Amino acid sequence: MIELVSHQLCINCNVCVQVCPTNVFDSVPNQPPIIARKEDCQTCFMCEAYCPADALYVAPQSHTEVGVNEDDLIESSIMGEYRRLLGWGHGRKNNSELDTAYKLPQLPRPYQS
Amino acid sequence: MLTVYDENELQLTTQVLVIGGGPAAAWAAWAAASQGVKVIVVDKGFLGTSGAAAASGNGIMAPSPENWDKVLWERYRSGNNLANLRWIERVIEKTWLSLPLVEDWGYRFPKENGESVRQSYYGPEYMRVLRKNLLRIGVQILDQSPALELLLANDGSVAGARGVQRQNHRAYTIRAGAVVLANGGCAFLSKVLGCNTNTGDGLLMAVEAGAELSSMEASNHYAISTAFNATVTRGVPFRWASYTDEAGNDLGGYINGNRDPSFLPNALLKGQVYARLDRATPEVKAVIEKSHFIAFLPYKKAGIDPYIERVPVTLVLEGTVRGTGGIRIVNDSCGTKVPGLYAAGDAASRELLAGLASGGGGPNAAWAISTGQWAGVGAADFAKSLGAHAQERAVYPTGKAGIRPHSSGGETFDSEAIVRGVQAQVFPLEKNYFRSEQGLLDSLAILETLWQQVQKNPKQDTVRDVEFSRRAVALTAVARWAYFSALHRQETRSEHIRVDYPQTDPNQRYYQATGGLERLWVRRDWITDAITTPPVLSTPTVGKL
Repeated sequence: MIELVSHQLCINCNVCVQVCPTNVFDSVPNQPPIIARKEDCQTCFMCEAYCPADALYVAPQSHTEVGVNEDDLIESSIMGEYRRLLGWGHGRKNNSELDTAYKLPQLPRPYQS
Repeated sequence: MLTVYDENELQLTTQVLVIGGGPAAAWAAWAAASQGVKVIVVDKGFLGTSGAAAASGNGIMAPSPENWDKVLWERYRSGNNLANLRWIERVIEKTWLSLPLVEDWGYRFPKENGESVRQSYYGPEYMRVLRKNLLRIGVQILDQSPALELLLANDGSVAGARGVQRQNHRAYTIRAGAVVLANGGCAFLSKVLGCNTNTGDGLLMAVEAGAELSSMEASNHYAISTAFNATVTRGVPFRWASYTDEAGNDLGGYINGNRDPSFLPNALLKGQVYARLDRATPEVKAVIEKSHFIAFLPYKKAGIDPYIERVPVTLVLEGTVRGTGGIRIVNDSCGTKVPGLYAAGDAASRELLAGLASGGGGPNAAWAISTGQWAGVGAADFAKSLGAHAQERAVYPTGKAGIRPHSSGGETFDSEAIVRGVQAQVFPLEKNYFRSEQGLLDSLAILETLWQQVQKNPKQDTVRDVEFSRRAVALTAVARWAYFSALHRQETRSEHIRVDYPQTDPNQRYYQATGGLERLWVRRDWITDAITTPPVLSTPTVGKL
């Protein structure tokens, strides 16, 4: 679930408010958005993908709330990980051409499914 | 909605209205606009992040032409004599011909020997590109605008839709010459990746307007995920898993080197199951970490090494999203029984492509691309045929339960309690994976009481209340159709497992149409095409992702 809008990193652009498919955030004038409806978060990570400031953290725990520490998360350099995977963001080249799905049928399989 | 949110109502007019925000909606909007008609898209969330495709990655059933026959027969065979060869073929061909467009619009496919390999996509990037293209060609997109009901003209043809705008706190009415329902299947708010926007709204709207559903018994697809992150249901990495119980005993789960499909449901009914991806070689790791990076993001965030550590796993209901049930399409343009109303993507029944087997992954991605376009062109042609007459028609709204208070100050129903009540019937493996007559009858009785409850006034204090009240009605309705269909198919076929009828009955070669609001019904639509025997095949080339 969404656990953090980092006030240290947020640039108040409100893109997350716009893109969240389950409308979890509310904008606040001249401030970072607030997580207004956390219980509606479906842990899809899409807000992280769109956040240009790497200011959001969606914890992987989908059904339980976990406490997070903003400084620790920033320190651990996990913020913005989804954008790095996608190759989204200023100065990056998007990574869709690294998609290896077409190689899956050739892989050795311990068992067929 | 018609009391509180009528003030400042947004009123728009268009030739084609597309409802939904995933790939089927995007392709429908593009195809309709390409016919020169005005198109508006309304989506509950955001076209680009909504739905199953955006939040993941997918294979696409788009083999190169030399493999068309092979994939065609694989699909046909997995449909267990219910799939339709002509439809499989037209989906494969249409998809193959469409993907170069995605590349023209800016999507970068991987390359092999200098050639683009257009057989899969990264979901967020794919949907970003589709959105960008729609805006480029002048399609109007209303995000955060869930549709709640369809409008009909007096002659029974569709004439638009009504809904609410979540962030503008107002209702909207859009008059249209034709409508495409491309708002996904129903995963019953299980939180399966990206699918909490897929709550069966389109199925409810379609039935209220006079359309039929089909193959709703194929609504019980479950998929594996970790228990801590019970949302990312990417099965592919688990192909290289070994499974153990609490005590660490290997649970096996294979018959003659093949994975037993009911191994995991059975094991989970006995107790906790742990998976470790310890069969993955370095070569395998290199591929699956790039093809299914979304499966590794939760591990990375949680500090788990899935190749070394045992992680508890679970099965999450994906409902009709990877099942096949949905709105019954009646012609090659993906029309429904309602003139002017078309269905595409997971909102439509995928029985023609997959029978009652999972349509998931690659086939569904291809289905969205192809049916989206057929529905979009069909809708554009219909709207054009109405001409200026379209906007002169007298129209009325078709929404029934959960949309307008029928008495002032009356008791309202608790949409959260309704949702929990529905989930308690459709989530448990012992009810929905392993079905039986008694279990289905018991669940239907409970669902019936929930259905009676949603006939009360909807809570409508906020726009969110309006949306969630209606959503609770849709979930209840879909669960009833699913279980009523499941009750009437007295055999086991593909993913419809009846413990009281464990065999596939060759004499039950039909699709089950279904519908009804107060009174449910099913009808057998017999399949009369000859059963075709596939030629002998070698190993599959297109995996289910």
